[in-house]
Amino acid sequence: MPELSVIEAVRETMRSEMRRDSSIILMGEDVGHRGGVFLASDGFVDEFGEDRVIDTPLAESSICGVALGAAVNGMRPIAEIQFADFVWPAINQLVGEAARVRYGTNGVKTAPMTVRVPYGGGVRGGLYHSQSIEVLFAHTPGLSVVAPATPYDARGLLTTALRSNDPVIVLEHKRTYRLAKGEVPEEEYSIPIGRAEVKREGSDISLVTYGLMLHYSLQAAEMAVGQGIDVEVVDLRTLRPIDAKTIIESVSKTGKALIVQEDTPAISVSSEVAAIIGENCFFDLDGPITRLGPPEIPPMPFSPVQEAAFMPSPEKIFDAIVRLAAI
Amino acid sequence: MAYEIVLPHVGESVTEAVISKWLKSPGDSIEKYEPLVEVITDKVNMDVPAPESGVLGEILVNEGDTVAMGAVIARMETGDSVQANSDPKPISSRIGTLVQGANVGPTGGEFTDTSLATVPTSATEVAAPKSETGSRNYSPVVTRLAAKHGIDLSTVTGSGLGGRVTKKDVLAAVESGGHTELAPVSEEDQVIEPTPIRKMIAEHMVRSVSEIPHAWSAIEVDVTGLVQWRDKNRSEFEALNGVKLTYFPIMLHVVASSLRQNPKLNSSWQDGKIVSKGQINVGVAVASASGLVVPVVNQADKADLSGITRKFTDLVSKARNNKLDVTDVQDGTFTLNNTGALGSVWGGAIINHPQAAILTTEAIVKRPVVISGPTGDSIAVRSMMNMCLSFDHRIIDGVEASEFLQSVKNGIESITADSDLK
Amino acid sequence: MELYETMVLSRYLDQRVWLLNRQGKAAIAASAQGHEATQVACIEATDPSKDHYLIYYRQFTAMLALGTEPEELLRGFLARADDPMSAARQFPLHGAHPRVDLFNFSNVIATQLPQAAGVALADKLNKRDAVTVVFFGDGASSQGDTHEAMNFAAVHKLPVIFFCENNRYAISVPMEKQMGIESLSSRAAAYGFPGVQIDGTEVSAVHEAMAAAVERARNGEGPTLIEAMVERLLPHTTDDDHTRYRSSEDIEQMNDRDPVKIMSEKLIEHGLISKEQDEAIHASAQQRVNQATDAVEAEPYPEADLMYLHVTEGPGEVK
Repeated sequence: MPELSVIEAVRETMRSEMRRDSSIILMGEDVGHRGGVFLASDGFVDEFGEDRVIDTPLAESSICGVALGAAVNGMRPIAEIQFADFVWPAINQLVGEAARVRYGTNGVKTAPMTVRVPYGGGVRGGLYHSQSIEVLFAHTPGLSVVAPATPYDARGLLTTALRSNDPVIVLEHKRTYRLAKGEVPEEEYSIPIGRAEVKREGSDISLVTYGLMLHYSLQAAEMAVGQGIDVEVVDLRTLRPIDAKTIIESVSKTGKALIVQEDTPAISVSSEVAAIIGENCFFDLDGPITRLGPPEIPPMPFSPVQEAAFMPSPEKIFDAIVRLAAI
Repeated sequence: MAYEIVLPHVGESVTEAVISKWLKSPGDSIEKYEPLVEVITDKVNMDVPAPESGVLGEILVNEGDTVAMGAVIARMETGDSVQANSDPKPISSRIGTLVQGANVGPTGGEFTDTSLATVPTSATEVAAPKSETGSRNYSPVVTRLAAKHGIDLSTVTGSGLGGRVTKKDVLAAVESGGHTELAPVSEEDQVIEPTPIRKMIAEHMVRSVSEIPHAWSAIEVDVTGLVQWRDKNRSEFEALNGVKLTYFPIMLHVVASSLRQNPKLNSSWQDGKIVSKGQINVGVAVASASGLVVPVVNQADKADLSGITRKFTDLVSKARNNKLDVTDVQDGTFTLNNTGALGSVWGGAIINHPQAAILTTEAIVKRPVVISGPTGDSIAVRSMMNMCLSFDHRIIDGVEASEFLQSVKNGIESITADSDLK
Repeated sequence: MELYETMVLSRYLDQRVWLLNRQGKAAIAASAQGHEATQVACIEATDPSKDHYLIYYRQFTAMLALGTEPEELLRGFLARADDPMSAARQFPLHGAHPRVDLFNFSNVIATQLPQAAGVALADKLNKRDAVTVVFFGDGASSQGDTHEAMNFAAVHKLPVIFFCENNRYAISVPMEKQMGIESLSSRAAAYGFPGVQIDGTEVSAVHEAMAAAVERARNGEGPTLIEAMVERLLPHTTDDDHTRYRSSEDIEQMNDRDPVKIMSEKLIEHGLISKEQDEAIHASAQQRVNQATDAVEAEPYPEADLMYLHVTEGPGEVK
């Protein structure tokens, strides 16, 4: 079975889906002749033509607005936002419009569109090439939000997103693009949206996380073995809808919950996970629900010492594991 | 600075007071803690002190008025221009109210919506919190408070969902002095540390009483025929079976059969559902050396009388000698208690949780009884025994309780000297 | 003639809705009074069997011209269960019509313009013969989305017509404060396609301009911007009071450019209808409106449980 990186998985998925379904088009800045700044669509314009691989003007609101219009008129567009930090002008068209098309027309119109957003830090991206933007989308009824961290999950979830009849935001962590590698079957498969996955079984602590932090958490869990601590790592994979069932099952079993997130903690996905655990696992908890995240400053500084101080790391996660295990 | 004077809360059950006498008048200067007004409650008469120093302003309640605790009774001006908020009570005038009749349209204009005048508004059901709350789920605050005040949680009755011990229950236990440290113990008293079995029994009883809504019913049974039967068959039975023939196994036999006819009495309330038990396993309460135990006669409806008697005798013997093992005391679906052995003529037993009912056989007493015959009523001397049923009213209603008792009564009363009992 | 009858029907329905608001029955309404001629003439130049219409909240008359029944519009204003556009989840005139491809996803200004470009893009890519008309007001022209949409449409020569109904007021903000130019139509040149300003009270002027734009679009020549000058005879919506920012002379003078009045006079002047026929048309419209109002007022509101449907495909989010 071939081993691919996340960006390769993304590229292969888009390619095979665009071959399979001619209504899928890709639009965004530099996605055509440049092949995308991360090479996500390398070679696409040669294969699919300029009609289906569109280099758009530098205008995020209309990248998503035009994609929405095309989606309600029979296409299945992929809108690529070059960096998550630039998505803000498109919030109106995504949160205000696309998310509510089916609901606001009582099902007469639907918006089968996918928005791919490279995000996240630890890449010396400074304040404007490092942001995590999931919270606004994950809060919005009518949207689905996925954040695959592995190549296998990337292919499976992107396939589902492209075949979904409702808007899906796909968050791809930039640092995983080339650094995360793993097996990806050649045959077609899909992963349902809304299903978390236990990436590592354990009995002492439930560590719930997503994105790049999944990989750091797995490393920290290995370090914890030496302390006699057995960590169960739950990869959310989908941020909306969150798979409460898997979280509850895990925490009911272990009794201790550590939520690890790269996004700043206040009013975030980790807040929601903590609430789910508090509401459903109260009598199974053997310690307080614990969150590990970066400091509450605008993510994130450019200079290396500060960036390292900001980002959670395997060592910081390991510390948190040990402290929680000791309670 | 303006300050509101509020009628303070004085005790848990006191909610209002009558203003008896104002000791100060508007315009008077007042010192912090100086008595301002006398009030009368049904527990105590007391003076309300000034909360701050300053000048008394408007008095809002008159002598003779009944005022709720927490209501504003007067206003005052304090000396400080900027008062550090050492007593941050909300000042109602700063909270304000919603003005009725001020209407706002969707985008800012004035619009008086008449659409709901014809539409009934229904309250949406709020989903109950999801955590499973069995009675032995102690929350962190309950554990902490119990440890702090030395409360044995197994003795606290739970008022929460499913009989759970709540924070309030623990605090109530603290206040009612239900713990060993603070309750006044005089020299004449003896403090006994309960044995583990005693503790377990206590916990079990508390659980049963707090979780199961008990109701009771009783019936009189004419056991004259039974007594005659026993007298007649006793020696043969004991010779054949090697064990003494007492009334109890016969009752058990009849009860087991009646349970088969009345399955609701042989069920259990579990997690909001009624579980009707397939087997009839009758527990019998036995006083052992170490305490009350309830060994179980399994499948009591499938054994014959000699089988039941042998089994029962064997269990009692084991119980008395502390030789029961775990399998002897588990899986009971109903309990039968011979309180009559000690002379009791009536009992309200506590159901053996999680069963649905418990039945006692009271003392057999010779009584003058009215017998109705073809020629009219007459008085006869009959051996009479009461049977008292406690039942779980979630599962069983009076009708079913009565039907069961009637069935048992008929079963026993149908026994005559010539009956052939197996 | 049909166009005139639609305009008259629209006028009476418009007045009725305003009245329903004052009675506390219709929570919000934006009047199309003053816009009637523009809307009927514009629609007339298109083909509802294949074209797309992205409307905004003032397209009352256009909806009637596209075959919506007065009852359907009233259901929207009175928030009744059978509102075809959104089952009363949205403000009136919002949602999507099941019979004609006419829709308006939100009350957010100008978001429909990039969407219209997207609709047109899909048609172009699939070589479909269809034109996309997107309606908006003068205020919307200031939004970034308007610029982005026109720019994108120009780059790709999309079959989209940007139809602005310029009544010179965005709620209370007059045109002079909205833009630094005299006519919106001049912006089209900046994007690279034609723009034209016309008298929106003149049915024939509107029709001519629209027909030309539609032909351009169908021929693959790209977008057009049409700026139709009209009067907004009533305040912005039932929540607004235009006496706060318009002088009484201004409001008076507007009535000279009342398109229903203008049309009526013209038809009578040219002998196309008699005065009695005109009155009959008005009476008939009033009656139709009465009948529709009575019918819809008796209809129920949507049940609470229905609000859980259509969040996403499938059973929807858990309550």
